[in-house]
Amino acid sequence: MTTLTGTGALIRLALRRDRIRLPLWIAVFAVMAAVSAAATAAIYPTAADQQAAVDSINAVPSLVALYGPVYQPTLGATSVFKLTAFGAALIALLMILTVVRHTRAEEEAGRRELLGSAVVGRYAGLAAGLVVMAGSSAALGLCTGAGLAAAGLPLSGSLAFGLGWAGAGLVFGGVAAVTAQLTKSAHAASGLAVIALVAAYFLRAVGDSAGPRWLSWASPIGWTQQVRPYAGDVWWVLVLPLPAAAAITLAAIGLARIRDVDAGLLPDRAGTPHAGRTLRGAWGLVWRLNRATLAAWSCAYVLLGLVAGNLAGNVGKMLENSRAQALIAALGGEKGVSDAFLAAEFSVAGVVTSAYAISVIMRLRAEERAIRVDPLLAAAVGRRRLLAGYLLFAVLAPVFLLTGTGLAAGLANGARLGRVGPEVVRLTGAALSQLPAVWVLTGLATALFGLSARALAGAWLALVTFLLLGEFGALLKLDQWVLDLSPFTHLPRLPGATVHATPLLWLTALGVTLILAGVLGFRRRDVAAQ
Amino acid sequence: MNPAIEIKGLRKSFGRTNALDGLDLSVETGEVHGFLGPNGAGKTTTLRVLLGLLHADDGEMRLLGGDPWRDAVSLHRCLAYVPGEVSLWPNLTGGEVIDLLGRLRGGLDARRRERYLDLFELDPRVKGRAYSKGNRQKVAVVAALASDVELLLLDEPTSGLDPLMEQIFRECVREERSRGRTILLSSHILSEAEALCDRVSIIRGGRLVDSGSLADLRHLTRTTITAQLSGSPDGLAHLAGVHDCAFDGAQVRMTVDNTALDAVLGTLSRCGVTSFTSQPPTLEELFLRHYRTEGTPEAVPA
Repeated sequence: MTTLTGTGALIRLALRRDRIRLPLWIAVFAVMAAVSAAATAAIYPTAADQQAAVDSINAVPSLVALYGPVYQPTLGATSVFKLTAFGAALIALLMILTVVRHTRAEEEAGRRELLGSAVVGRYAGLAAGLVVMAGSSAALGLCTGAGLAAAGLPLSGSLAFGLGWAGAGLVFGGVAAVTAQLTKSAHAASGLAVIALVAAYFLRAVGDSAGPRWLSWASPIGWTQQVRPYAGDVWWVLVLPLPAAAAITLAAIGLARIRDVDAGLLPDRAGTPHAGRTLRGAWGLVWRLNRATLAAWSCAYVLLGLVAGNLAGNVGKMLENSRAQALIAALGGEKGVSDAFLAAEFSVAGVVTSAYAISVIMRLRAEERAIRVDPLLAAAVGRRRLLAGYLLFAVLAPVFLLTGTGLAAGLANGARLGRVGPEVVRLTGAALSQLPAVWVLTGLATALFGLSARALAGAWLALVTFLLLGEFGALLKLDQWVLDLSPFTHLPRLPGATVHATPLLWLTALGVTLILAGVLGFRRRDVAAQ
Repeated sequence: MNPAIEIKGLRKSFGRTNALDGLDLSVETGEVHGFLGPNGAGKTTTLRVLLGLLHADDGEMRLLGGDPWRDAVSLHRCLAYVPGEVSLWPNLTGGEVIDLLGRLRGGLDARRRERYLDLFELDPRVKGRAYSKGNRQKVAVVAALASDVELLLLDEPTSGLDPLMEQIFRECVREERSRGRTILLSSHILSEAEALCDRVSIIRGGRLVDSGSLADLRHLTRTTITAQLSGSPDGLAHLAGVHDCAFDGAQVRMTVDNTALDAVLGTLSRCGVTSFTSQPPTLEELFLRHYRTEGTPEAVPA
């Protein structure tokens, strides 16, 4: 078929571009599953522990809605309970981004046109994106299965689990191939596919908790659960993604047939011919560019707070096994456990908020790379003013986000306990206690950006290092000074712990110093796209 | 009057590459100055240094009487810039970008905005991502022209425009000039520079190789003469100042140093001329001469 001429070359090009990205993510998912399995085996050593854990999980509707039910009290099923649907959604996201990256994003950047003028068939780009996506889904599934088996779980269940993940990737990669035909912007194409993903996850959540049951079967994310790995291994369900992906792919090809290169099917709507009042200055522009992202993050944070506040009362029940009981006693009874749970959630929120803050500075760098900073600085906008606009977001939006999640958690937990007011205050304060560490990472990103824009990736590296230190540092018995490198180590575990102001003030001072260093650096360096 | 732009010995290197290697440039207030050079000569780098986007390694610079790096913000209220590669925010409309850039410069004339939108046939309601290269460029051009500024820095402003739009752009530049604005026009489209510029500077490899009015520059070069002769061209080829002399039957074609024109015309008329055309040197010839000769111009008799 001449419309596919050049597909092989494009596949090689895609693999060359993704030679680090895809293997890295495949490894991350496989290792995450294996580590989680090993850790679960250590927490629930006996069959009775597993039975107790499974009973308490299945008894909590919010947990079942979030993660799905556990079908049998086996070690394997307990191990992968949190990973099945949630992990499938993450893999679906990875495959959405992979397909859009190799199809619509290439077109938007004008590179598809360059290739299209060479001997390359009409559907070669789409086909190459789909082949790379399908291949990496399969590789990810097999590696995950191997990882789980290596962690000591039964081989057939591990394989079923891995292939269940691969199926989710395949279906949503196909969905992205469809949305990539619809919109002109890669960003919007990913967004549309993610909406489909969220809808599928929601269908499954409703089907699993409130019912009716068939809703779970209507969702490709639900299929990964219905495979029931380590709980009977229903192999035939693994076939479902194949016809689904084939049908979706045919739809994508049909859409590709009726559109032009670089055009979408959903028209760009005409906008306003004049700038509104908010677009008055550099800060107005920064607000315009960042507001949609902040709105999405805010919704997610409020949801996270509501779920965490709702779950807090249930965790005491969830940990009804011999070891966990001892842990509960050590933490000071049921309240201690729910506080510890909330503190853990808030520390996750702290890391995620730092990622948001870094992404704001990355956004400025992306603008610089796209030569969109030049026209601003060539107008009467000082560098300090421009950077300050982004810093307002990187410094103040975390306050806003953490307040939102703390308020929501306080409302949910307070409603359960019958004292909303005090809980709202207590949990909002607890969530906000993450700020000093977030600001250190804001400062680090700003300083690196000011020093040399290319060093900015170092901020992500630092965040991942701090995260790993927090998660595994104590397990690996690292020295205290190594753990102390992470700003998160110095935060009080709120709610529940006593607060010492000194480390918080030091962290804040460090964050401010780094931000100032970044501002000074940015005033001195060249503004350049490379 | 003070020059609008005065650069002496400007140096800027990126790693090991010397982008600017002791560049001199002088732009008088109120003139349209052509800034010519091949790709990679350092035109854009010079403009970016002038805008305070890049920090010069060495050299003296005055821009509208101020320091381009230190006084960037206050200077930028008095100038508008059209980049060679215009990148727009994908989700902002062209109209929004024009208003935003105008506001950032400290004001936009609403009537002029409408007028230029009309002239350039630009739809301001289209989102940035949907504009073609030429239309993106028009957005930047309209934003610059409609701003109330004294200096326009234009970096290859017509590279994406069609010939009709290019013509309109030329009209606009002439109009701006008659309003007393200073314009630095970087280009490698020579006809454009020839049509618009009072003076030009030619740079190559980060250095100035020639500068002056077109008349000055032409004065240093040769006129092309084609003539039909009735008699024999005695000694024509050996006259001082005659180059590239070629005979084709009765027709002779040669290039002549402008200083030798008088002598050559005298000789020609003695030979008997039946038809005669002379062409002043085009900028293109000037340009090619500078670039072919690797920056070491032939000895030119003064």
